[in-house]
Amino acid sequence: MHKNRWILLSALLIVAILLGACGKAEEAAVEEPAAEEPTTEEVAEEPAEKIKVAFIYIGQPGDLGWTYEHDRGRLMLEEALGNKIETVAVPDVPEGPDAEKAIRDVVEAGAKIVFTTSYGYMDPTAAVAAEYPDVIFEHCSGYLTADNMANYFGRIEQPRYLAGIVAGSMTESNFIGYVAAFPIPEVVRGINSFTLGVRSVNPDAEVHVVWTNTWYDPVLEREAAVALLDEGADIIAQHQDTTEPQKAAQEAGKLSIGYDSDMAKFVGDTVLTSPMWNWGVYYISTVQAVLDGTWEPHAYWGGMADDVVKLADFSPLVPDDVKALVEAKKAEFIAGTTDAFCGPIYNQAGDLVVAEGECISDADQLSMNWFVQGVVGTIPTE
Amino acid sequence: MNEAFVISILVITIRAGTSLLYATFGAILTERSGIQNLGVEGIMMVGAAASFAAAYHSNNGWIGLLTAVLVGIILGVIHAFLTITMRAEQVVSGLAMTIFGTGLASFMGQRLGPGNSTMVGLQGPSFERIPIPYLREIPYIGEALFNQDILVYALYLLIPLMWFYIYKTRQGLELRAVGENPQAIDALGMDVTKMRFLYTVAGAVLMAIAGAHLSLGYLQGWADNITGGRGWIAIALVIFSTWNPLRAVLGALLFGGINAIQFRMQAAGTTLPSSFLNMLPYIVTILVLVFITWAERNTHRFGTPSALGTPFVREEKK
Repeated sequence: MHKNRWILLSALLIVAILLGACGKAEEAAVEEPAAEEPTTEEVAEEPAEKIKVAFIYIGQPGDLGWTYEHDRGRLMLEEALGNKIETVAVPDVPEGPDAEKAIRDVVEAGAKIVFTTSYGYMDPTAAVAAEYPDVIFEHCSGYLTADNMANYFGRIEQPRYLAGIVAGSMTESNFIGYVAAFPIPEVVRGINSFTLGVRSVNPDAEVHVVWTNTWYDPVLEREAAVALLDEGADIIAQHQDTTEPQKAAQEAGKLSIGYDSDMAKFVGDTVLTSPMWNWGVYYISTVQAVLDGTWEPHAYWGGMADDVVKLADFSPLVPDDVKALVEAKKAEFIAGTTDAFCGPIYNQAGDLVVAEGECISDADQLSMNWFVQGVVGTIPTE
Repeated sequence: MNEAFVISILVITIRAGTSLLYATFGAILTERSGIQNLGVEGIMMVGAAASFAAAYHSNNGWIGLLTAVLVGIILGVIHAFLTITMRAEQVVSGLAMTIFGTGLASFMGQRLGPGNSTMVGLQGPSFERIPIPYLREIPYIGEALFNQDILVYALYLLIPLMWFYIYKTRQGLELRAVGENPQAIDALGMDVTKMRFLYTVAGAVLMAIAGAHLSLGYLQGWADNITGGRGWIAIALVIFSTWNPLRAVLGALLFGGINAIQFRMQAAGTTLPSSFLNMLPYIVTILVLVFITWAERNTHRFGTPSALGTPFVREEKK
């Protein structure tokens, strides 16, 4: 009897640790036969010049969010350069040691360019890159580079600022809810840029933040959104991986701002717009550079001028004057005359931290751990 | 605290607590008969995916629910066959069920949409909220209790039924006995294997319905990893409840409600650290575990079914 209880408790503990540490590790149990590339093996045998480009995904292309957008980029790449390259995608790769194996596998299978599309792949990518100097590695959202490894990310803060303009103009309660994953600089930047956009058109509006402490949990994301709606929010923005906050807002008869992909496609017109990724542009130019022999290690952080981040089409509910405000600011971002983080910027306490005419440096943006004025919420300290 | 605040917290608490309670009831029935089933999470996931797929393609929520029942029967029979007939290690079989179920649900979800596409983002038929006239007008609790979907109402009936069955009927007495002392049940001429089979399958059916409530009632859609560890919370709740369905109700409300409260506090702008609040339900579970272990030693009142996890081997005749 007691023995059994110990077995049970230790098993529970192991599972809890696994669940906590790996998140989606268990999904890897299903081997994906990469159904999109049925001919991969045969083509590789031919002496054809086609270069193999591999993508490592944290989730499934069907997630309608992060991985969906990378896969859309992959398909754009195939369409643009399909006569010179072929692609292969490996979904559901957990971060950590398993990632190293997955990356090594695609290289062993002949991939010459590998895009690894999650922050936690950074060290595994660097480890494999050191072993295969002839293969080019591109890691998304990290900071390491090597002779054959680059990193890339996008200034999603610019479209987030624009989405803030939409939300700030359209809120009636001046209470905007923001369902946020983890208190890390990437998410904090998103909240701040969104809030700066909101306050640029509506200094009375406040952005209330609820942390879920998960990237992906449909139920929790919904409950966080419902809490914000019950507390008085009439627009819900988010930095999560599912559309549940958007669905919850719609069911309550309220509006929302999407993220990652054009969520209006899956939820409806109550999603006013979505800051979204457009990786295809970057994938095409990078692979082209490799084909041309001009590729060099780099740390790419593209903005709206590069079209690697953008704002999804407006919902019909967005009035024309709001669209005009957004277009005007967007033109400035594209022209490079301003950025999402240019002064005057006040912090939560109301102190001027960035004077007019100055902008926050990239380094400071990458380590941002404070909220701007207008955000209601706290960043838990370690 | 004003009424609107209490109502909104209660509404979420009950909606979130429903699938937890179905799963916990399933696990209580199974464990009361002496069988451990750690496959709750996996069975819930398959229940959620299969029921949503069936409901979507038939455009009928009831067919979805029926599918969940079938899923429960199939997975329940597998677990029962392994653990009762084959006398396999129950913990291992349960964990296998969870790993298998998680993979299977993901596999189904990526393929069972229209034209073999993903089910993510699909809107299918669902169990809508049905307000009950008059009762809904009760201050504070009316809106929360009596404007819910049909699976919640079914649960209101199941709560007293579970209690009555386990504590007040002959079958319930036999169920408790088979989990405590299967040799005695055998000596009385009853079929231990058959009883355990029955309760393991019935428990799995409730677990699958718990999953169906997520995809057909609460979220009204399917997403990968939809249960997000709620099956494990149900297993914790069984211990929390000390195998008593009424205490399980309390636990489900606590676990369902604590997120509602902590999110609401954040939304209102309190400065309590959210990670601390997120920890609260688990701290409570640990405290209950400590309490039960202590109380069990001293009073023998809150005991685990004595034969839990032990395969029944009929004594061979000398």
